[in-house]
Amino acid sequence: MHILKILFKNAFRHKLRTALTILSITIAILAFSLLRTVISAWYAGVDASSASRLVTRNAVSLIFTLPLSYEEKIRQTEGVRIVSYGNWFGGIYIDEKNFFANFAVDPKTYLDLYPEFMLTGEEKNAFLRDRKSFVAGRKLAEKYGWKIGDIITLRGTIYPGNWEFVMRGIYRGRDETTDESQFFFHWDYLNETLKKTAPERADQIGWYMIGVTNPDLATEVAERIDRTFKNSIAETLTETEKAFQLGFVSMSNAIITAIRLVSLVVIVIILAVVANTMVMTSRERIGEYAIFKTLGFGGWRIAGLIVGESLVITMTGCAIGVALTFPTAKLFGHTMGTYFPVFNVGNDTIGYAIVSSVLVGILAAIIPTYRAIKIPIAEGLRSIG
Amino acid sequence: MENKAPIVEVRHVSKCYHRGSQIIPVLQDITFDIGDGEFLALMGPSGSGKSTLLNLIAGIDKVDAGTITVGGIDITTLSEMDLARWRSVNVGFIFQFYNLIPVLTAFENVELPLLLTSLSKAERRAHVEMALRVVNLLDRMDHYPKQLSGGQQQRVAIARAIVTDPTILVADEPTGDLDRVSTGEIMELMDTLNTESGKTIIMVTHDPRAARKAHHIRNLDKGVLDSDAHP
Repeated sequence: MHILKILFKNAFRHKLRTALTILSITIAILAFSLLRTVISAWYAGVDASSASRLVTRNAVSLIFTLPLSYEEKIRQTEGVRIVSYGNWFGGIYIDEKNFFANFAVDPKTYLDLYPEFMLTGEEKNAFLRDRKSFVAGRKLAEKYGWKIGDIITLRGTIYPGNWEFVMRGIYRGRDETTDESQFFFHWDYLNETLKKTAPERADQIGWYMIGVTNPDLATEVAERIDRTFKNSIAETLTETEKAFQLGFVSMSNAIITAIRLVSLVVIVIILAVVANTMVMTSRERIGEYAIFKTLGFGGWRIAGLIVGESLVITMTGCAIGVALTFPTAKLFGHTMGTYFPVFNVGNDTIGYAIVSSVLVGILAAIIPTYRAIKIPIAEGLRSIG
Repeated sequence: MENKAPIVEVRHVSKCYHRGSQIIPVLQDITFDIGDGEFLALMGPSGSGKSTLLNLIAGIDKVDAGTITVGGIDITTLSEMDLARWRSVNVGFIFQFYNLIPVLTAFENVELPLLLTSLSKAERRAHVEMALRVVNLLDRMDHYPKQLSGGQQQRVAIARAIVTDPTILVADEPTGDLDRVSTGEIMELMDTLNTESGKTIIMVTHDPRAARKAHHIRNLDKGVLDSDAHP
C-alpha cells in the first residue's frame, strides 16, 4: 500500500463533497484559462508582428493620411528592403454586426512583405491580375461561405458607396498566431474610384509598411525615415510593427487590467473553496491524524497526508478544467472570431493554471496541517468514539 | 515474574492539566517499575489518571515532572520527532474504539506502521500476514473495518500493534466496547501474546474480568498509585 493510495482514498471519502469541490475548481480553472486566453488574444497582433517590419504613419494621428509620394523616398532610405502601403477601408458586409478587418493594400508588395498570408500560386496570380479582386482569410471565408469567384459587396463608411469585389483567393496562416480573418483588396481600385468621386482624397495613404534589410538596424532606419519628412507637410512617426500593435493594445489597457484582476479573483475563489473543504475534512479527521501520530507518523508525514489530499483534489479539478479549456476555447473563438481572430490557448496559460492549482492546493492545506500537527495526540484521540 | 528486570521505569512522575486558569493535578509523584514480559493492569475510577499514565509511558503525552525510561531510553528527554520515531519501533497501541482507518482494509491497516520502515513490499506483506495469522483473521484481510464485528476489528488493531514487534504493548480499555464473548476472545489473545510471545503489556481497564488475565494490578485513585496487587 502506498501513501498515494491513502491520499486518493481519503480525498474521495466524502464523494459528494469532493465532487462538488472538484466541480468548483474545474469551473474556476476553465474561467481562468479562458480569461487568460482573452488577454493573449488581445496581444495576438503583437505576438505575430515581425522584427524586420516597420510601420510609418502620420505623426499627428493614425486617422491622418500620408501622401503617396512618400513611397519612393522611403524606398530610397538606407536599410529599407521593401515598401508597401495600405488604408483602413472600414466597409460593412450586409450588416454592421458582421464586423471584420478590411484593408486596401498594394497587393504585390503586401504579399511579399507578409509571407505569413499564404496563397497558392494560382490564387496569387489571379489576385494580382484583377484590380477588383480581394483575398480573405480562411476563417472569414468559412464563416460567410465565400467561394472563389463570388462577388461580395461592402458598404463603405469612410469611403461611401457600395463597393463590389470578386474573390480570387483564400489565404491560410503560416503560423497559429496568423490572423485568418482579414479581407484585403487592391489599393489602386480604391484610389482610382476616389479620383473620380472624391479627388481630394486620392493618392493618400493610411500607413506605410516597410521591410528592413537588417532587423538589428530597425531603430536607425525608423529614425532615418522620420528625419526625411521632418518639417514636411505631413511629418511621420515610424516604429516597429510590434510597437505599432502595442499602441492599439494600450487603448484597451483598462479592460485588460480588469480581466487580469478577475482572473486573479477566480484563483482566490478556488482557494477559499478548497480551503473550506480541507478545514472541514481535517476537523473530522483530527482523531485519525492522532492515530497516525501514535503509530509514529511525524509532523512532515502528517503534513504530506493533508497537503497531498488537497493536491489530489485541486489537481483533479485542474486536469478536468484544462481538458475542457481546449474545446471551450475553440467554441468561444468560433463564436467571437471577428473580435478575436486568433484565439488559441497558449502553453503559458496552461502553465499558469497548473501552477495556480498547485499553489492553491498547498495554501489551502496550511491551516488544517498546522492544526493537525499542533494538537496533542491524547487530545486528538479523545475526539474518537 | 516479580524478579524480571524492569523494562519500564517510572520515577516521580507528576502531570497536571490546565483548564483556563485552573490547574488540575492528574498524577502525583508516581514511581513504579514494569518488568520485561510483564502483564500489568492499571485500574481505578474514571478520572483517576490511569489513561494519562498509560499515555505518558507510551510517549504520546509529556510529563510535568519526573522521568520515564523504557528499554533504557529516557523518553521524557526526546524531541517530538524522536519520540514519534521511538513510538514506531517500541510501542504497539490497542485502543478502546479500535481506531482503525475506515478507508483501509484490514491488511492495509495492519501494514500502516510498516510504511515507516525500510521493509520491501514483499517483506511487509509477510509481516502483515503473520500478524493477521496470530489474531486468526488472515481470511478477512481484504475486509474493511465496517465489514468486521467489534471483536474482529479489535483483533485487527492488535495485529497492527504487534506487526512491528514492539517492546511494549499498551492497551487502553481494549474490551470497553466489546460484548462478553468478544471480551473473552481478546483477553485470551492478549494472554497468548504475553505468555507465548513474551510481550510486555500494560493495560488500562475497568473490567475486573479482563484484569484477571494480568500478572499485576495497580490501582490509581486521584492520581496516586496504590500498592502492588496480584489478580
